Amino acid sequence: MPLHNARLQRQTLYDTIFRNLTRVAAFGVLALLAAILGSLVMGSMPAIHAFGFGFLTNPEWDPVNDHFGALVPIVGTIVTSVIALIIAIPVSFGIALFLTELSPRVLRRPLGVAIELLAGIPSIIYGMWGLFIFAPLFADNVEPWLNQHIGTLPYIGPFFSGPPMGIGIMTASIILAIMVIPFISSVMRDVFEVVPTMIKESAYGLGSTTWEVMLSIVLPYTKVGVAGGIMLGLGRALGETMAVTFVIGNSHELGKSLLNPGNSISSALANEFTEAVGDLYTSSLIELGLILFFITFVVLSIARYMLHKLGQREGKVS
Amino acid sequence: MIDLYSRRRNANRAGLTLSILAMSFGLFWLVWILWTLLVNGLPYLTSTVFIQMTPPPGSSGGLFNAVFGSLLMTVFGTLIGTPIGILAGTYLAEFGQRGWLAPVTRFINDILLSAPSIVIGLFVYEVYVVQVKHFSGWAGTLTLAIIVIPIVIRTTENMLRLVPGTLREAAAALGAPQWKVINYVTLKAARAGIITGVMLAIARISGETAPLLFTALNNQFWSDNMNKPMANLPVVIFQFAMSPYSDWQHLAWAGALLITFSVLALNILARILFRQSATTH
Repeated sequence: MPLHNARLQRQTLYDTIFRNLTRVAAFGVLALLAAILGSLVMGSMPAIHAFGFGFLTNPEWDPVNDHFGALVPIVGTIVTSVIALIIAIPVSFGIALFLTELSPRVLRRPLGVAIELLAGIPSIIYGMWGLFIFAPLFADNVEPWLNQHIGTLPYIGPFFSGPPMGIGIMTASIILAIMVIPFISSVMRDVFEVVPTMIKESAYGLGSTTWEVMLSIVLPYTKVGVAGGIMLGLGRALGETMAVTFVIGNSHELGKSLLNPGNSISSALANEFTEAVGDLYTSSLIELGLILFFITFVVLSIARYMLHKLGQREGKVS
Repeated sequence: MIDLYSRRRNANRAGLTLSILAMSFGLFWLVWILWTLLVNGLPYLTSTVFIQMTPPPGSSGGLFNAVFGSLLMTVFGTLIGTPIGILAGTYLAEFGQRGWLAPVTRFINDILLSAPSIVIGLFVYEVYVVQVKHFSGWAGTLTLAIIVIPIVIRTTENMLRLVPGTLREAAAALGAPQWKVINYVTLKAARAGIITGVMLAIARISGETAPLLFTALNNQFWSDNMNKPMANLPVVIFQFAMSPYSDWQHLAWAGALLITFSVLALNILARILFRQSATTH
């Protein structure tokens, strides 16, 4: 009996050790986030002291005189991501609709995988392709057309006029759109599939067309999840670095036209960080990183919250 | 009546046509990008690419040191990140029913999963590169490991949740202590799924460029010293593609082709593996 007790005790000890080992690993994730935030805040302290909140609204970026403001990269990041979403949302919806309702069963998997492979292509490849292949074509064929036909319109005209260089905010946005399509469409697909078949079949039974079922049954039922997927795509677009760096033009000027070169937070970091001389320059760049992390953190939190809410409702219905 | 009917039919037809167009729009870019890579990269993807070192501007050479550096950092990054990820994922799935730690970790992990990788590069720069005062292969490895962790945590938790509870109960009823149940039964049952997750993580980090710019930097010469700046394929592609020298640009295309097709092959392999294991269960 004592022998048996000793073995039992040993196993209980192993259990405790194993449980705490996994707990430490899980806790490590929290510590990692805290460390990332902490190090970014510490690193940006000199810039925060020097510029205060004016950093966020100052369009000037002058490494020679050590004057730094983040307005141009912040605006560039947000504008490119929003335009990317405007393009990507309808396309992703179409793809998700095709894959859940229209596609022949045999093609469903290969086509779904093909779209997901778009997300697998490394960001730098999008950048190279964008710079060498897409931008020249865009400059020769699309931008002159935009100049002539949309650039002359009142109100929105100024956004689409300017020299057709191929490199700029618009090109970056289009490439970002291609990159976030797989993320948004895959979330949409997943949430469309949780709609109970019974509800859809009832609508079909009453004579609805596929399009009507999609717009009046599936979309309202999954709207929280769809919004979550869109926010997830936004989070991706905001932080995307290499593809944007290649094609945005890296100019710290706040141009009105979308065809002008601009800058984004991540591409400013990628281009300037290793070459930054002086504490204030480096620290300003780190503060840019902190701002980017903060924005994506908020966006991704909203995304997770929405997807979580859809999941809860799904639990209740079934 | 007829009018309403045909209007609805037309709306349906228009909607479905748009949906097919959207699908073709998505596939169009994939085909175009892959085609570009083949046309521009294949002629230069010769055996010298795998044998010779990265050349100085204006002369020909290969990518051997870059491929080697990338492989080394990817392997070490995966080796460091995977165990931590599996342990934390195990905690979330097996011990996380009560308390605040599991839900908070799950939430934070989902955010780290999509956090901009360039910020992780900045973080490692601040806490490692600045402290030791030089760029190094280890710094790059650390960055990649941090990117691996959330991916492995997510898949490990998901896969462990798919293991039926009856399997755990059966093992426990035979008198197995919990650590044995988890290590010998549940983790084993979820093995294929977890391997899939690790493969996807490898695919993700092999193309990462931005965080390596501030950590591993680059090295034009052969180096197997992880404490020195290390050549790696993505950063070499970035540098060579942006350069005005045609030799460098050709090598960049060859490297781009190499990296893209390896990553896509890994992606497809992971899916096939996962599907096979799912059907045999």
